[in-house]
Amino acid sequence: MPRSLPGRSRGSRIGQLFSGLNGGASIGRLLSTRRRHPLAAIAVLVAVLFTAGGAYAALAPSTSQNVQAASSTQIDEGRQLFAIGCSSCHGLNGEGQVNDNGDVLGPSLIGVGAAAVDFQVGTGRMPLAAPSAQAERKPVSYNQEQIDAMAAFVASLAPGPEVPDEQYLDTAEGNVARGGELFRTNCSQCHNTTGQGGALTMGQFAPNLTGVEPRHIYEAMITGPQAMPVFSDQTVTPEDKRDIIAFLESVQNEPDPGGLAIGRAGPVAEGLWAWLVGIGLLIGMATWIVTRSSKA
Amino acid sequence: MSAIVNGAGKVVDFVDQRITASNWLKRNIRKVFPDHWSFLLGEIALFSFIMILLSGVFLTLWFKPTMAHIMYEGAYVPMRDVGMSEAYASTLEISFEVRGGLLMRQVHHWGALIFLAAMSAHMLRIFFTGAFRKPREINWLIGVILLVLGVAAGFTGYSLPDDLLSGTGLRIIEGGMLAIPIVGTYLSSFLFGGEYPGDDIIARLYPMHILLIPGLILALVAAHLMILWYQKHTHWGGPGKTNTNVAGAPFFPIYVAKAGGFQFIVMGVIVLLAATIQINPVWLWGPYDPSVVSAGTQPDWYVGFLDGALRVMPAWEFYVFDHPITMSVLIPAILLPGIILTPLALYPWIEQRATGDTREHHLLDRPRNVPVRTGIGVAFIVFYVLLWIAGGNDFFATILEIPVNWITWFIRIGIFVLPPLAFFVTKRICLGLQRRDRDKVMHGRETGIVMVSPDGEFSELHAPLTRSQAYELTWHERQLPSDPGPATDANGIPNPNYRSKRAQARLSRFYFGDVVQKPTREELESAHHDGHGAEAAQRDELTSGQQ
Repeated sequence: MPRSLPGRSRGSRIGQLFSGLNGGASIGRLLSTRRRHPLAAIAVLVAVLFTAGGAYAALAPSTSQNVQAASSTQIDEGRQLFAIGCSSCHGLNGEGQVNDNGDVLGPSLIGVGAAAVDFQVGTGRMPLAAPSAQAERKPVSYNQEQIDAMAAFVASLAPGPEVPDEQYLDTAEGNVARGGELFRTNCSQCHNTTGQGGALTMGQFAPNLTGVEPRHIYEAMITGPQAMPVFSDQTVTPEDKRDIIAFLESVQNEPDPGGLAIGRAGPVAEGLWAWLVGIGLLIGMATWIVTRSSKA
Repeated sequence: MSAIVNGAGKVVDFVDQRITASNWLKRNIRKVFPDHWSFLLGEIALFSFIMILLSGVFLTLWFKPTMAHIMYEGAYVPMRDVGMSEAYASTLEISFEVRGGLLMRQVHHWGALIFLAAMSAHMLRIFFTGAFRKPREINWLIGVILLVLGVAAGFTGYSLPDDLLSGTGLRIIEGGMLAIPIVGTYLSSFLFGGEYPGDDIIARLYPMHILLIPGLILALVAAHLMILWYQKHTHWGGPGKTNTNVAGAPFFPIYVAKAGGFQFIVMGVIVLLAATIQINPVWLWGPYDPSVVSAGTQPDWYVGFLDGALRVMPAWEFYVFDHPITMSVLIPAILLPGIILTPLALYPWIEQRATGDTREHHLLDRPRNVPVRTGIGVAFIVFYVLLWIAGGNDFFATILEIPVNWITWFIRIGIFVLPPLAFFVTKRICLGLQRRDRDKVMHGRETGIVMVSPDGEFSELHAPLTRSQAYELTWHERQLPSDPGPATDANGIPNPNYRSKRAQARLSRFYFGDVVQKPTREELESAHHDGHGAEAAQRDELTSGQQ
């Protein structure tokens, strides 16, 4: 802490300043008698800074702790990987790039947090294969260690949502029925009732959530990738998110008691089957019936 | 054995002496029905309706038509302690706790989809073969009403389980009603018993679904069949098959066996579908909640065209005295059904106006022989299928991986462009087929044997048709466009009916002006005696046909 160095160099004077601290009554006298002291202003400033800093460290979201926790070697490693794989669009320091036509080549990553990197790179969406309406899931290009390093680098740029805590990914703890209600209320508008996904405007789409890792679903909720809104912990608490993930896992592993699921896609698929298979089969049967001649 | 026969004979004799049914029976039990696969489409509808009635009775034993709110405590664990209506909870109960309940639900739903599909296919068959012509216009009208009732039965049933799709469908119905100027809000308030969704609608739809609509359908089906029985079935022309007879198998025993067998086949196919393919898994959709509309929300296929029209309609709205007139809902949801159903119901009379024909018709038309009617039918199918695609726009966008907006614009333009194009193309195909038939009759069929004359000319050898083959292609009537006659008679007195006659003649020319006529007796004879003369005559015919 460079700011504290001058204070420490004048330690003797400060010691002198506080030498009279020997009782409740004397503090008041001390403060009143020494308030004109040349160093009084500095002492007050230092005291206020310590208080504010301490309060911040105690009350701030844990992300900043995480930033500090990430080792500088990991951040350096991430910076190198970022420079090779990401910087052509997002800039060397993740500041984003806009070309001369005003098109965004890559958005700024300052403040997106480690969770965004873990989601985008961990599901193969980044690095982007080609510009399109929306980045799609594809085979992952980096191993988890490299992804963690890039996440640490991006997180070091500015605080942002961090990779979720394991306790909120344990679907065994989740309440499936409640998660179903939350999913239908918050997610089914785009992802359909059981997460099969659906079309959005102009080629964007809500992806199918089948087989997506709980961690990535959680990260999507806190970072709001692509067309998805952010579901912050204030609106959908971490426990709610765990319930939603538990519901998705439950419904995806649920057998279909009625037979072939035909995509669980609802009436359009059912109508196609009724016409193509149902009526088709019955017309075939009708043709067969009339060829069985009654003349014999 | 003989004792049984004698005993049965005595019973029959006893009944016959009292109600004298034997004459009636003798006449009707031998009633003749013709054989063709397309004549069985109506039977598919009838038999699937029976299947719906049977499975529906089963479902009523457990279904609770009430919107009373409860917390679910049933067998389906992923819904435990979720708030829902009793209607939805009892649907879950039927699906998971009642033995055979899920199968019966699926039989009921697949049966409904098949019922409406079969009715539609049956109606298309009637249309394309001209079976609606006099004297069968009443049965056509009953058929149109049955189709509407079928859709109503389906929609009320779709709304009963009170799942997410049910409620969203009703919400759209409410929106459609609200779009009706002036009375819309009252209508909606009356139907739902106040503000949507209220807690009456399920209890109100239930008696309609299980009593009123099926009762009407049953009554009209009975009338439909009695009229069919009375008027006799139509059949295809051919050797020995004329406008004044019916050629086929007697009702008993042949037709009873065939129809009875077919009934089991239809039921078997429905149960097969129900047992192997999941339909409307309401436990996945969740209970209805007015604040939730999920992606992929669609009605069953028979309402899909209305949903599609709503989806692609531009957002037009204007105000009259501060009262909103929402054309974007009014046109697709309220006017469109009328625009489709009115010409459909009146079609027999529209065509009668074109032909000016008041005779009875018991022989069917081959679709190619009435190219304009066939073209109209195909244009309608294209129109309807486009609206279907619009109804599943998100589904098709996902499957085809194209932006949903492209589909919307494709439909918005295609709905005006493609049906006329389909009409034109179909008509040309029909005319081509007619020319081919005419060619076959005049010159025989192509044998594939190519001859080289001593002069080096190549020609294909044609083999003459047999008399019955030729008759198959020529039994239909010659339909010529009508002539309005002179506007004034010989004395210069204007004909008071001229304008109406001229309009009729224009319609007639639209229908029959381009028809390729079958060869006349003279053309046929000259073709068979002297190929060159006939070809010249044919060329004349073709060029006159193109004018």
